[in-house]
Amino acid sequence: MIVHLTVFAFVVGMALSLTDAGLTGRLNPHFPNIKNPLVAFFEWFGDLGMFCGRLIWAAFTPPYEIQEFVHQFDELGAKSLPLVALAGAATGVVLTLSTRDSLIRFGAKSFLPAVIIFSIIKESGPIITALVVSGRAAAGIGAELSAMKVTEQIDAMEASAVNPYKFLVATRVLACMLMLPLLTLVTDFFGVAMGWVASTLTEPVSLQLFLHDGFKSVAYRDFLPSTLKTTVFGLIIGLVPCFQGMRATGGTEGVERAATSSVVLASLLIILADVLLVHLILVFFS
Amino acid sequence: MPSEAPNKSSEREAPPVQVRSLSKSFGEQTVLNGINLEVAQGETLSVLGRSGTGKSVLLKLIIGLHKPDSGSIRVHGQEVTGLPLKPLNEVRKKVGFLFQQAALYDSLTVEENVAFPLRRHSKMSDDERNELVGELLTSVGMDQDAHKLPAEISGGMQKRVGLARALALEPDILLFDEPTAGLDPITATEIDDLILRLQKERNMTSVVVTHDIHGARAISDRLALMRDGQILIEGTFEDLQKSRDTFVTQFLSGS
Repeated sequence: MIVHLTVFAFVVGMALSLTDAGLTGRLNPHFPNIKNPLVAFFEWFGDLGMFCGRLIWAAFTPPYEIQEFVHQFDELGAKSLPLVALAGAATGVVLTLSTRDSLIRFGAKSFLPAVIIFSIIKESGPIITALVVSGRAAAGIGAELSAMKVTEQIDAMEASAVNPYKFLVATRVLACMLMLPLLTLVTDFFGVAMGWVASTLTEPVSLQLFLHDGFKSVAYRDFLPSTLKTTVFGLIIGLVPCFQGMRATGGTEGVERAATSSVVLASLLIILADVLLVHLILVFFS
Repeated sequence: MPSEAPNKSSEREAPPVQVRSLSKSFGEQTVLNGINLEVAQGETLSVLGRSGTGKSVLLKLIIGLHKPDSGSIRVHGQEVTGLPLKPLNEVRKKVGFLFQQAALYDSLTVEENVAFPLRRHSKMSDDERNELVGELLTSVGMDQDAHKLPAEISGGMQKRVGLARALALEPDILLFDEPTAGLDPITATEIDDLILRLQKERNMTSVVVTHDIHGARAISDRLALMRDGQILIEGTFEDLQKSRDTFVTQFLSGS
């Protein structure tokens, strides 16, 4: 576990010095001295900690922005749905074609449905969903909030006595956390469906038989933890761009920086978090 | 709640805005260096100065959007510095703020922008709110464009809508950050006239931050000229004209 955390911290530090802090040092005229990457790394984490504190306080104290939350939930779901369906379908086809070839070589062709279904619901579905949504939503949220920040819209919100952490951040983070498991189900569904289509096109097999063979040995402990872990991915997809957006400075360049770093950091953190989560799931559910 | 408002007698006596030895730095750059200001009830004070001298920062400090390094800011006698968010928000509801680029919410239409503070802070019904939003938009001459998005209207129109939004919660103090910057002279005069008319109608106290000396002269009772983070001179336009300071004369004639 300590090894995991060390790797995690190291990679995040590298990523930060390459995207956010590094660029801030080089491009922002207000900070001509390039910051020590290590200092920038700890500063970033310190700021993130304070940000999370404000977010938690805003999320759990009334009044709740239910209308805005529903709006964000709807927006995120509606816009990501076609993307994850397509990504799931493509994953199903690719998995089937490549796995089939390997299995035939090992004389284990009858395992094809089980391999496809296990692979999709345990790992491919969740991670593909998270990465696709992070490309779509993290960039969107990062750009939107940073544009609001640099055009003083967030100041205007505070001036109207509305807490932007409550109205903008908490609603988006929560929407991402709740939407990710649902979108994962969509990816899983299209992955399995297209897996069957690809497999029946190369060698006809009935859907019933495919599903029977595939789900025979699937248990809830295979399905639930790996679907629910996407809540953590959702947290990353919501939190990182909101944080990067709210601290943006410096006009359109700041918006560009926030949007880019949102996607890069969110995708990277998702993969790193996945390493930890898979490890934890193996420890607790095997 | 005693922490939210001082007793009534002191509220009545205290000037709406009172700033004492206020200082603020960003990194190593000192922006405000011991500012003292007082604005009386119903008065309009214009704070003039060159671009980038911390005038906007001064306005943001008044409603707690920035934290000062030292000094005191009182709004109706209530100390704003160090105030927790909840009572600070009560102060903010009484202060309208017109931002430099109007800062309208991009994703909301003109009328939704004006309705935004009302939705959150007043318990009026949808019909009452719509009526009030309509009245506010009519008073700034924007009732025809209520359903447009901010990107579809001009800069001057955005300022009008921003003004309507700032007035929505019926504040008794208005803060203007460069109300005419970036506008052509005719539109700028229109905005100045609008501000003058609304001030007369509502008897509001205003602080205007600007580098437009003509506009400032037209709408304000008193002017304050800032240099190096301090107030260099304060008084009516005529008082400023009498000054022999080269910076003052240059500022009055050069613009």
